[in-house]
Amino acid sequence: MGLVRNFYRTTVGKKVVMAVTGLILVLFVIGHMGGNLKFFAGIDAATGTHKLDHYAAFLRTMGSELFGHAGVLWMVRVGLLVAVLLHVVSAVQLSRLSMAARPRSYAVQSFRSATPASRSMRYGGMFLFVFIILHILHFTTGTIHYQGFEHGRVFANLMSGFQPWYVPMLYVIAMAALALHLYHGVWSMFQTMGVTSPAWNNGARCIAKIVAVILFVGFSSVPLAAHFGLVEGDNTPTAMAAIVER
Amino acid sequence: MKLTLYVWRQKSAAQEGEFRRYDMQEVSPDSSFLEVLDLLNEQLILKGEEPIEFEHDCREGICGCCSMVINGRPHGPKKLHTTCQLHMRNFEDGATVYVEPWRAAAFPVVKDLVVDRSSFDRIIQSGGYISVNTGSAPEANSVPIGKEVIDTAMDAATCIGCGACVAACPNGSAALFTAAKISHLGLLAQGQPERYDRVLRMVDQMDKELFGSCTNHGECQEACPKGISIKYISMMNRDFIRATAARVMDPKGAMKAQ
Repeated sequence: MGLVRNFYRTTVGKKVVMAVTGLILVLFVIGHMGGNLKFFAGIDAATGTHKLDHYAAFLRTMGSELFGHAGVLWMVRVGLLVAVLLHVVSAVQLSRLSMAARPRSYAVQSFRSATPASRSMRYGGMFLFVFIILHILHFTTGTIHYQGFEHGRVFANLMSGFQPWYVPMLYVIAMAALALHLYHGVWSMFQTMGVTSPAWNNGARCIAKIVAVILFVGFSSVPLAAHFGLVEGDNTPTAMAAIVER
Repeated sequence: MKLTLYVWRQKSAAQEGEFRRYDMQEVSPDSSFLEVLDLLNEQLILKGEEPIEFEHDCREGICGCCSMVINGRPHGPKKLHTTCQLHMRNFEDGATVYVEPWRAAAFPVVKDLVVDRSSFDRIIQSGGYISVNTGSAPEANSVPIGKEVIDTAMDAATCIGCGACVAACPNGSAALFTAAKISHLGLLAQGQPERYDRVLRMVDQMDKELFGSCTNHGECQEACPKGISIKYISMMNRDFIRATAARVMDPKGAMKAQ
């Protein structure tokens, strides 16, 4: 334990914690986006329900033989919660150190290589933290869902949830913030873990850019498609009214 | 050429400082930045005012004394330059120039533009010794080391300890300095026996000196007058992780059965 404490006590150790938890969160977010694309998979002719709902059911049944219903899902949730908390706690501690280390700012601000992405990490991170809470209240618990939230009917929840114009707007803005966060964060993660070198730095930068762009496009497509009715499914005004009715 | 200088004046670490304006006429574009400050100081002395305190020594870019932030950039606008190597032809006629000390909690202002950089000395001291025999110099090629390794170690060793990396870093982090000092020994054969102890101790000392933490902006390598790359920060992080892992491994190999 002393070893872990000594490691975490240093700034480099805290940064490594941020990098490792960041890696876990990035991998989760990529998987999350992949699952979201089931939104475009259409209705299963055999059962008449949407394939996204099947996928949602699968997330609960996977590994249920061994860990019980939604067992794996809850393990992943707890793991992610721990990762988020460690990421946030280290970020807060490091930010406080860094702010104290520069008690007075310069009369002239001049940046040569710091980008809007690298400079907005703290603020973007805070915004994403708030967004994650809202997002869970929106589509996991349904607490702040527009109207007619029903557990398990994921496709219908999305279709109704994204009807007010400000909801997809908030989601697209949040995904832009995520892309900006990862544009710097993914490369920064490699640098902090000490795996970058001049030889493959372009590769590391390239991975960061690809992750940022793919996540932004992939995630934003769902709220936009749902809002503008660009997807096959029960999104006609009558069907929407029926959902809201329920 | 004409110049409007705003210079940070601060009597001591305990007192509050402020910018004071100095208008300069007939500055030669061929004079160096420090010569302009010399000129200004002569004028101040003639007027009976207290001259501006600033640090300088070699005036050829190798001692790392001339620490000042010029228009928001440590060592001024030119890349790979120290303040003493900066000439007035790099400024426009009638330019307004802000001159400030390094701003970092770990570099308290002594007076005006002079800061106390002994925190850097303590980081180096914490690194301790390397195991080399004293006496006459050993035969040059008795320890063969690859060309790229030597070059990489040498590039790290060009650090003059001026502190521009800390001054440029939005977090006031000393990661580039510490990484350069760790890497130039860690890369060479002579630095291997104490390699992992050294990185743990130097990182620990860096944190004790109240430097901030690196967020990989890369501002330090832009400001470094020797162009030291942030690849050394990556190397430091790598060595730090390995050093911690090595402690887990228990180098003496003792195991408890129960």
